[in-house]
Amino acid sequence: MVVANQFEMVCGLEVHVELQTKTKIFCGCTTEFGGEQNTHVCPVCLGMPGALPVLNREVVNFAIKAGLALDCEIAEFSKFDRKNYFYPDLSKNYQTSQFDLPICGKGGLEIEIDGEKKWIGITRAHMEEDAGKLVHSGETISTSNESSVDYNRAGVPLLEIVSEPDMRSIPEVLAYLEKLVQILEYTEVSDCRLEQGSVRFDVNVSLRPFGTDTLGIRTETKNLNSFSSVRRCMEYEVARQARVLNAGENVVQETRTWDEGQGITLTLRSKEEAHDYRYFPEPDLPPLVIDKEWVERIRKTLPELPAARRARLQTLGLSAYDAAVITQAKAMADFFDEALTYYTDAKTLANWVMGDMTRLLNSNQCSVVDSPISAKQLAELLQLINKGTLSGKIAKSVLEEMYSTSKDASMIVKEKGLAQISDEGALLGIIDGVLAANPQSVEDYRAGKDKAIGFLVGQIMKATKGQANPGLVNQLLKEKLA
Amino acid sequence: MNMTISREDVEYVAALARLELTEPEIQEYTEQLNSILDYAAMLERLDTDDVVPTAHAVPIHNVLREDQVRPSINHAKALRNAPDGDEGFFRVPRISLT
Repeated sequence: MVVANQFEMVCGLEVHVELQTKTKIFCGCTTEFGGEQNTHVCPVCLGMPGALPVLNREVVNFAIKAGLALDCEIAEFSKFDRKNYFYPDLSKNYQTSQFDLPICGKGGLEIEIDGEKKWIGITRAHMEEDAGKLVHSGETISTSNESSVDYNRAGVPLLEIVSEPDMRSIPEVLAYLEKLVQILEYTEVSDCRLEQGSVRFDVNVSLRPFGTDTLGIRTETKNLNSFSSVRRCMEYEVARQARVLNAGENVVQETRTWDEGQGITLTLRSKEEAHDYRYFPEPDLPPLVIDKEWVERIRKTLPELPAARRARLQTLGLSAYDAAVITQAKAMADFFDEALTYYTDAKTLANWVMGDMTRLLNSNQCSVVDSPISAKQLAELLQLINKGTLSGKIAKSVLEEMYSTSKDASMIVKEKGLAQISDEGALLGIIDGVLAANPQSVEDYRAGKDKAIGFLVGQIMKATKGQANPGLVNQLLKEKLA
Repeated sequence: MNMTISREDVEYVAALARLELTEPEIQEYTEQLNSILDYAAMLERLDTDDVVPTAHAVPIHNVLREDQVRPSINHAKALRNAPDGDEGFFRVPRISLT
């Protein structure tokens, strides 16, 4: 980017994560995605007068768990506040959130770019309720004379994770987001389904001349829901701000919105119109006191996190790259670890998981969770190769058969008679036949043309439909020709 | 009277609350709000150095429920008090002022 030569980019992110509870944060309505409009609602999440919210214990458990995974301090004392605003996505005219005493304090995570490690700080993370969904009658909100509201999502628990303005490039931002989402996925506090809006991003960006310490004027672009939108939005916003600064003007501090279709950001509201949320303590919810015992109880439920898992796989002989690929998604890492309990050669297992297994899953657009081949079944197939029952080549076709039938490898081998021929007597008979049919090659070999043996091996494999044990064929052939 | 609240403050807060005030109302509320704050200012004479900030009026904490689904209400009930609705949606008038 040209601007990179003139300006340094400074970026901080707010990430909203839907927590994977069964019920909403303050009432017993289901959090299930979809559902006919306004059927997952009750007096509490509709903000009916007199209805009282009661905090869902699991939301607190998940917030603590995510906080611990992100190295955050867990507040002994935290409380909820009302964030007041007029917008019909919530029917109460306020959002119940946490203002000055959030559940999670300072934390952070490490990213790596081109081998360089960098710590990205997390300022805080707080619990709040999600808002409902608006459908406008016109193309956009400003051309709409009315809007329809569905409150099914109103009250679904969110954890808002706020980073420090520590990121200095778009690759750093993307690395932070990928790491963050990966950790959250591992902790299983969220299903992290970006396409369903389970994770949403607000991006704060400003530019400043290289070498200066003071921050430039920033803009905040809200509600991005994919990594590619974040990348495109930032590319646009950095270029736009650079143009403004190069023209000798000032960037206007404002909230912007991303137009996915046009690939541009637009003003949503300026600083003058900025909301004055008039936060005040939520009188309907008593404060939350989290003692050490509670935190330790949750700490025990933390899974092995991606960094630790990568390190462990490397000690088993995997390269850093292979370990990173296997641990990218928790489901794949779990599949790998399960297979490893039946088959201990981690490197070979990794090759099969990353190669043929992944290829089959991808070409069928299947997630590893729904894989028709279980970890145990894959391990059995690899054991058959080790035992000499199957050659690696035939094992590949057996794997395909396993994928389409979910049958065990040994059963397919039996049904199709695919077992490798390792019986010397049987092989000798075939070898004799091949030698008799190819006297010229035999003569060539004996005359010192070593290559001729390759041709003969090929003929034997052909005669056995590839099922002859290649090592044994080589050995027997050399004995015959000696 | 100590004028802590200016008429601009009253106009600002009224705008945030979407209230349209007449000139006499602005004057009246400015006086009333100042009088309330003056009264509350008595508290500033107390020594509160050893008092923990109050987050909640009732001295309880950790009122929690288990994560168990309870029945929701149906469309008809949800929309019974709504001024306007359509096919199970709440309908609201024009949102954008621009």
